[in-house]
Amino acid sequence: MMRTKLISELKPRREITPSITGAKMMTGNVAAAWAARLAEVDYIPAYPITPQTEIVETLSQWIALGEMNAKLTFLDSEHSMLTAAGTSSLAGARVFTATSSQGLLYGFEMLYNIAGWRAPIVLVNVSRAVAAPITLEPDHNDFLSTRDTGFILLQTETCQEVLDLILLAYRVSEDHRVLLPSIVNLDGFHLSFTREPVKLPDVEEVRSFLPTYNPPYPFRAGKPSAKGVAVLRPPLYSFYKYQMHLSSLNAIKVFKEACDDFEAYFARRYDVVEKYMVDDAEYVFVMMGSFTSIGKKAVKMMREEGLSVGLLKLRMVRPFPTQDIRRALEGKKAVAVIDQNISPGLGGTLFAEVSSTLYNVEKKPRVVLPVIGAIGGKTLSVDEFRYIVELMMKYEQRGEPEPILLFREDELREVESLLKLGVGE
Amino acid sequence: MSRTRFSTLKDLLGEDYVEPGTPLCAGCGAIIALRLFHKALGGRVVWVNAAGCITLLIVYPFTPLKSSWMYTAMASAPAGAQGIRDALDILIEKERIPVEEDLKVVVVTGDGAASDIGLQSTSGAIHRGLDFYYLCYDNEAFGNTGFQYSAATPYGSRTATSPPTPLIPEGYRGRKKDLFEIWRAHKPPYVATVSPSHPMDMIRKIEKAEKYKGPKLFISISPCPPGWIIETMDTVKLAKLAVETGIWPLKEAVYGEVHHTYIPRRLKPVEEYLKIQGRFKHLFYPVRRDDVIAKIQREIEEYWRIVYDKELGKEDSGLT
Repeated sequence: MMRTKLISELKPRREITPSITGAKMMTGNVAAAWAARLAEVDYIPAYPITPQTEIVETLSQWIALGEMNAKLTFLDSEHSMLTAAGTSSLAGARVFTATSSQGLLYGFEMLYNIAGWRAPIVLVNVSRAVAAPITLEPDHNDFLSTRDTGFILLQTETCQEVLDLILLAYRVSEDHRVLLPSIVNLDGFHLSFTREPVKLPDVEEVRSFLPTYNPPYPFRAGKPSAKGVAVLRPPLYSFYKYQMHLSSLNAIKVFKEACDDFEAYFARRYDVVEKYMVDDAEYVFVMMGSFTSIGKKAVKMMREEGLSVGLLKLRMVRPFPTQDIRRALEGKKAVAVIDQNISPGLGGTLFAEVSSTLYNVEKKPRVVLPVIGAIGGKTLSVDEFRYIVELMMKYEQRGEPEPILLFREDELREVESLLKLGVGE
Repeated sequence: MSRTRFSTLKDLLGEDYVEPGTPLCAGCGAIIALRLFHKALGGRVVWVNAAGCITLLIVYPFTPLKSSWMYTAMASAPAGAQGIRDALDILIEKERIPVEEDLKVVVVTGDGAASDIGLQSTSGAIHRGLDFYYLCYDNEAFGNTGFQYSAATPYGSRTATSPPTPLIPEGYRGRKKDLFEIWRAHKPPYVATVSPSHPMDMIRKIEKAEKYKGPKLFISISPCPPGWIIETMDTVKLAKLAVETGIWPLKEAVYGEVHHTYIPRRLKPVEEYLKIQGRFKHLFYPVRRDDVIAKIQREIEEYWRIVYDKELGKEDSGLT
């Protein structure tokens, strides 16, 4: 069912240069909009929410200026927006949409539907912590709440990655071996409103990398079809859910193929995970998103001090890159999973997933340390990474660690003074 | 309504797009309206559905429809229609599909989905001027889940969640939400009420609506044998009595301008309509509740007094 040839097999690879010549400064939001423009999406159902709004504003402007040929409709809610996203995809359009936090949750019912409809839309989620208490600052609870929906889930660290992963997401989602929608996540503020150099690929090359969407059974007058219909025989429901699961697993292979092709076209290399000084490390941090940049800096500094540390960044969260994680982490002394989300009463979501992935590995790390931090916009400092390494070394010797809730003294002092004001002490 | 494809009932024979043998209840009023709608609109249609009785029209792998079908969710069928309409428009504009592959987009939901949970989505679609049809089959309760009261349940009805008791002898104490007026307030090109007992009125309204680009919205009374507790053969009879007693006015509004398409010269007493339905039985047995019946009658008369004042005696009164 492969519909595109791997260009990497046909074309000699271009020389990879580290220069950022030709890059433009833009925010993560504008990079996301550029990806939609370069993917030549047909339809954008939209609804505003901070910190995502700049994406649909940018697209609105391009369409109004005639620079982009797509239809953009502002719906009455994210629930309606996602409904329209799904049905328009089933009618054969390439669909882009974006939201954040409360908006994602408001439309949540439709995420399961879009995936079940096998409608390969790309949804950009600009992470923002979920109310209550209400805030604008980021964490990954909104993104990770979608983990069981059937969407392919991708995480980004830089504005360039935002653009590139959206293009890759279309390529993987629309592949008939997958046919599942994608969410590409970028951290609110830290990426959405941070300007970085972004290389814009050539539109002709993108067209070649990502040909027009070829829907399997679109709504057409000449070929009536019924979609989203009830299945009242329980084995049918299981059958379709298993199909989704197997198709999602296909996405790992399809993503890797697409990454090879992407590199051949655009000279940037991606994989389902990114290993930063992992191979020879004894202690490894596992995390995802824009905060990995801080983690990498900490790793580099500690390496210079002679500490054997590394960082494994998860780029793909669904399907879960089990094999890549196992191969990267087997034989390590200790692993610390840094969750920027919290499941109250359990701890972090990624910790549970990474731990279960490692449980059956023969040479599994002696300890997997659950760490929760950088929730609701709280930052991470290099010192905290040092502290986590100390804990890894401690628990490697003995003990059963409970989730560690990171809170620095300066932050605690700030909270205490605000609490005093709040309760009028 | 000068030029019409439907002059007499015989003209309704033509092609049927709903095959016999649906899983709906015997005597369902909704399927009559849906069949007539389909005849008027032809086969190039995609139905967009919200959760309700009609959802069970299609249970995998069977469909009685010769047309296309999209089940969405309870709250957002009009948004689903928006997505399909927008996609077809842009794909035709980009010449990716030929015009002949275009479809009419028709939302079909019950009163439960239409009256509140789906109201935001409908309001949005009308406000955006979406070119679509909406058929609401109004059985005046959440029929598919076992007849609980909805925002469209009329005063005095027994439902599974408004049982008449010594404390609440009249059953449902609320009022029926006026969906026609809510829709009309958006000033769409066309809004109408219809009844399966008046097929010519219904089909000509659909035919008339086709001339307009934008939202074209219909509410059909939909007698429901299990919920209304009536004989399955009495569906059309009940719908007809609803019109003749004046409790279900047949009307249309073109860009907000209301016009009644059938004005009963003399209203039959509403009692005739109520007393043959099990859901109103408690108004007659064991004690006759004249107060409740009179209240229902009074509201109907108040409604029609205004209509008579406005529309009777005028040139285009709609008298048939």
